[in-house]
Amino acid sequence: MKRSQWTRRGLMGVAAAALATIAALPSQTVAQTPPGVLIVGQIAEPKSLDPAAVTAMNDFRILVNLYEGLTRYKSGTLEVEPALATGWEISEDGTEYTFTLRPGVTFHDGTPFNAEAVKFNFDRMLDESHPYHDTGPFPLSFFFGAVETTEVVDDMTVRFTLNAPYAPFLSNLAYPTGLLVSPEAVKAHGADFGRNPAGTGAFKFAEWRSNEAVVIERNDTYWGDPAGTDAVVFRPITDANTRVAEMLAGGIDIMVEVPPTSLGQFGGDGFAITEQAGPHVWFLILNAKEGPFADKRVRQAANYAINKEAIVNDVLEGTATVAAGPTPPAFAWAYNDALDPYPYDPDKARALIAEAGAEGAELTFFVTEGGSGMLDPIPMGTAIQADLEAAGFDVRIETYEWNTFLGEVNPGLEGKADMAEMAWMTNDPDTLPYLALRSGAWPDQGGFNSGYYANEKVDELLEAARSATDQDERARLYREMQEIVQDDAPWVFVANWKQNAVTSDRVENFGLEPSFLLHLQGVVKN
Amino acid sequence: MGGYILKRLISAIPVLLGITIIVFLIMSLIPGDPATAILGSYATPENVEKLNRDLGLDKPMVQRYFIWLGNMLTGDFGRSFSLNRPVIDEVLERFNATLILAGTAFVLCSVLGILAGVVSAARQYGFADKAITFVVLIGISVPSFFLGMMMILLFAVNLRWLPVSGMYAIYGGGDLPDLLNHLVMPALALAAVATGVIARLSRSAMLEVLRQDFIRTARAKGVPERRVIMGHALRAAMVSIIPVLGIQAGFVLSGAVYIEIVFQWPGVGRMLVDAILKRDLLLVQGGVVFVAACYVLFNIAVDVAQSLLDPRIKT
Repeated sequence: MKRSQWTRRGLMGVAAAALATIAALPSQTVAQTPPGVLIVGQIAEPKSLDPAAVTAMNDFRILVNLYEGLTRYKSGTLEVEPALATGWEISEDGTEYTFTLRPGVTFHDGTPFNAEAVKFNFDRMLDESHPYHDTGPFPLSFFFGAVETTEVVDDMTVRFTLNAPYAPFLSNLAYPTGLLVSPEAVKAHGADFGRNPAGTGAFKFAEWRSNEAVVIERNDTYWGDPAGTDAVVFRPITDANTRVAEMLAGGIDIMVEVPPTSLGQFGGDGFAITEQAGPHVWFLILNAKEGPFADKRVRQAANYAINKEAIVNDVLEGTATVAAGPTPPAFAWAYNDALDPYPYDPDKARALIAEAGAEGAELTFFVTEGGSGMLDPIPMGTAIQADLEAAGFDVRIETYEWNTFLGEVNPGLEGKADMAEMAWMTNDPDTLPYLALRSGAWPDQGGFNSGYYANEKVDELLEAARSATDQDERARLYREMQEIVQDDAPWVFVANWKQNAVTSDRVENFGLEPSFLLHLQGVVKN
Repeated sequence: MGGYILKRLISAIPVLLGITIIVFLIMSLIPGDPATAILGSYATPENVEKLNRDLGLDKPMVQRYFIWLGNMLTGDFGRSFSLNRPVIDEVLERFNATLILAGTAFVLCSVLGILAGVVSAARQYGFADKAITFVVLIGISVPSFFLGMMMILLFAVNLRWLPVSGMYAIYGGGDLPDLLNHLVMPALALAAVATGVIARLSRSAMLEVLRQDFIRTARAKGVPERRVIMGHALRAAMVSIIPVLGIQAGFVLSGAVYIEIVFQWPGVGRMLVDAILKRDLLLVQGGVVFVAACYVLFNIAVDVAQSLLDPRIKT
């Protein structure tokens, strides 16, 4: 018995020690995040901090605080303004762009910013024989595919020669792929540059703890206004519910991409919700080559039959607005605000279907489980299915995981489906229609026109807008294009997403940009 | 014994080779390629082809398999596309985190499960047995990710006793108390189901042993009941409990995937899920092979332990 008593006493001791430990724990955990250090809840671990190597908005959110490009988007718009270039001249024929660079700028590692540095950046990305091309791959280098040569005119002047006029060039330079890296840092770190980044931005890189945090600190030698916080910490939290819990518990100060259904939890004091419409459009590709949607009246009927108001208000809880045409209103300068969305009118839809003799047509509808910019694709898909069935179609949904879905949809819908969900976020009004609505962009020609829409006038307008160097002229051409496309209805225009973020009441001066990039220079945390 | 271990190790080689073939085939044959995953909206055939070439994916499948296998034998697991760092660094770092989580959960479920089973068996149909059975059945029935989310809501969001997620505090952490703090909830949530299973099986194993003659003899000799249970019966029952522990260790490891996602634990399970979604071939392949190798070794260790405990098992 003696032995067993000893064991029992031992057990009690262990239990008491465990209790004491647990009791001691809370005092450490409720410690608040420090002032001056902004903690941002991200949706994933970044791939790399090399702007030329990454493609995800998640990574761009960090990059735009570390780096700058020759141009940038004017705050609150998608119009281009000078950044590391102070100005530029475009040749008459639109193929030569000469930039004057900002003097007195240095990269975080001390390398001077000059024309040689700019040339190094673009040659590294575009020239396969460049000694540092192997620090890639550079998946979005085709953004600058039109660049034939980059020349150093003098120390502070650089000239790009394009193989053809390409109006989106300036806005592509403002896109994160155009952010400029320190040549010396690339030479020093090679393929590991992405983990040892050096740019010219208001923050400089401090540390990257894999799967825990990327930390950036204020750059005290920044040429512009200094950053408002000492440091920013980006935490990857892939699970949306956990991200919401962290925000509620005070573990993060800013949360992006809040799920629509969770927004209600942040209605009270202590939190602020920010929303910003961006260059996003969510649509249904209709197969205009075969089946019922080969008839324009049936395509229009689908636009009338779907209750888009209900989708944006009920399924998406007001985190989107109804789309009117192929160009999102965020491109204010190119948007045709005379266009009204197709109204929800099931009677008109039924009449058009009857006129086309497509009553009871069977439709195969490709739906994805989720993906970049796809919002809430399954509930949206079933709502659409119900509306189309109410108008007299017979809709069968096929659901695919995102990468599989792209593999099915991008090569074209012919022989497989009548319609498919799709969403795009772009930085220039040229990109989406040029890649997805021209007859020269059918899948067999390397484009994304998976529904085989073709209209000569649209082709002409898009080519003309691409080579025009005058913004007003481009805007006029895009507005005309939108009118024609809306009437032809190659897509069902469904929604334009509003990006959202929640901030705690300790965060001030926070704002979202229409570009969806997260500029944190001006933000203050108390 | 040495010969037995060696024999088991050699027989593991074809298993591991089979695993490399299966994981390679699955990753190569599932729809959607890495280039499409990286390019997303911009995956034109032209861009996909160029990127596949840059990533070395334009070679025939068989050739790619042997290149991968050959590199692995020299210790080179390749570089992850989605994380832009060597696969082996990532896997080791993540596996370490998973071991801490799964190891803690495994110790918890073994100790608690066996203890509960022994108490249940010793007090068959008594109050303790009924209470334990009730709790254990709940533990088995509640999905671990749900349990995890409920724990987060209660202890982190409402009571603010524990941090929501992660392994260390972002600021001012990094020491052992900080780690324990972050470990409490995920380890308990992960251990719940296995504890229940082990408790049920320990109980029936103990009941079977307690009915046997040598127990009656021990009691008749006047051996104290506590020693009969803990010394004689439990020792005999361990022979059938240990294989269950081995199987549960596998379940705890695989169950860690859900728990790592819910609690954002930087472990190998969460890494594999992310890597599959991003079609990060080398990371998935390297990660699976590494985990499978560990699992195979663990199984061998369990068999060896069992043969040490029970001399009837041939070595």
